[in-house]
Amino acid sequence: MLLIYCPYCEEERSELEFRHGGDAHIARPANIADITDEEFQDYFFLRDNPKGLIFERWRHIHGCGRFFNAARDTVSDKFVMSYKAGEPKPNLSGEPTATEKTVETYEAVEGIAK
Amino acid sequence: MRKYSVFAVAREAMRGHKGWEAQWTSPEPRKDYDVIIVGGGGHGLGAAYYLAKEHGITNVAVIEKGWLGGGNTGRNTTIIRSNYLYDESMDIYEHSLKLWEGLSQDLNYNVMYSPRGVMMLSHNVHDKQSFQRHVHANRLYGIDNEWLTPQQAKDFVPVLDISASARYPINGAALQRRGGTARHDAVAWGYARAASDRGVHVIQNCEVKGIRRGPDGAVTGVETSKGFIGAKKIAVSASGHNSVIMAMADVKLPLHSVPLQALVSEPMKPIFPCVVMSNSVHAYISQSDKGELVIGAGTDQYNSYSQTGGLQIITHTLDAICELFPMFRRVKMMRQWGGITDNTPDRSAIQGVTPVKNLFVNCGWGTGGFKATPGSAHLFAHLIARGEPHKLAAGLTLDRFRTGRLIDEAAAAAVAH
Repeated sequence: MLLIYCPYCEEERSELEFRHGGDAHIARPANIADITDEEFQDYFFLRDNPKGLIFERWRHIHGCGRFFNAARDTVSDKFVMSYKAGEPKPNLSGEPTATEKTVETYEAVEGIAK
Repeated sequence: MRKYSVFAVAREAMRGHKGWEAQWTSPEPRKDYDVIIVGGGGHGLGAAYYLAKEHGITNVAVIEKGWLGGGNTGRNTTIIRSNYLYDESMDIYEHSLKLWEGLSQDLNYNVMYSPRGVMMLSHNVHDKQSFQRHVHANRLYGIDNEWLTPQQAKDFVPVLDISASARYPINGAALQRRGGTARHDAVAWGYARAASDRGVHVIQNCEVKGIRRGPDGAVTGVETSKGFIGAKKIAVSASGHNSVIMAMADVKLPLHSVPLQALVSEPMKPIFPCVVMSNSVHAYISQSDKGELVIGAGTDQYNSYSQTGGLQIITHTLDAICELFPMFRRVKMMRQWGGITDNTPDRSAIQGVTPVKNLFVNCGWGTGGFKATPGSAHLFAHLIARGEPHKLAAGLTLDRFRTGRLIDEAAAAAVAH
């Protein structure tokens, strides 16, 4: 279970209090009725699904009830930071991301097949 | 390939079991292939087998980062059923179920397909209406599925608690008798052996690191940890890692990868005759031939490639199991693991061409890919060989997210896939 820092409550709380809200920083097009089907697909359905750093929304549904954003590594599940909704996407390009070498995965423990 | 038979067992018994040969060969990769399949799970190996068997394309390599059966093929709860709601889903899962029925004979490999029945428990009026709708839709489509009263359900699964005081009271159940289980890693091994016998190269411990494309945009091969390997066609079937592989060819997919967990108990004497699923309280359970209870839990809510998953997910499932089957309360759990599933927004798979020439994708099987293995592999081979989908998979194309022709099993099934 994750421990998640709510930037509004300024406290680390258990994942049970939170609801995941999908990818962050996806802006709904202002001219939604005019965009093409391709543009709508891109906005509504297509996702990076990154292995590594992801920016995502969380809602502290059993706490303050507010949405906020977080940066997390999808290999180690470690949070890099969380920040309030509306704040710009932080530049974390210098952050080292976890790899299978730095995380204890099943493969690392069991070794590769010979 | 030496065929497996009772005579082979007798012959080897006489010779001290020294004549058994390796089930598949592990060759060094050639310089180029007609088709490279990325991902050596059931779907990928099966596609290679059907390419060789039905389409005469044998210059094929299956490239696998780890070992066969080490990914989701060996991490699922082995449930097989075809009682889906929509025509597109019924088409492919029923096609698959029919192939399951003859798979052991076809491959000359015992995949231990066991049509012991899959029962879905109904706990409230909404469940009842929803499942009866499924039953009717299935029967109209020629797929077996029947409605049971609580007592009939109890007669089929004697350990079920149907008392009125139960925490999760049962007001009926849907039963697909042809559904059941199979041995999951035997499926990977059986397909690998049969494909290898027909000339397919199964290349393990070889990670795909890039997809190379020519000046016209068409794929020309893959960069791997064993160097560059050329290919006329590339077919990607890498389950949880499909987004990662397809990003190498600049194709973005409507997928998110999340861990799905399962666990098994200590082995016990036969007690549990079929598969029981409860969508409302989220639990599914069967007993393997070894005697272990095989229990499937839910997915985590967030994207992850960690192959673990949160403890609260499995405790939630075990809470439900203990309420439904009070006699399992003192059973010890032996192992727990997670697999990374790739989920689409409508919870139906994607199998089709991509915007990149000669690049095909088989993805989005989410939490229910095992049951689809033979059917998906069979239709994927057709797609790769002909360049266009088989009519049974015609609805599963990638462009449905542009056209809006979604197959919304997410709304139809609520949770279990």
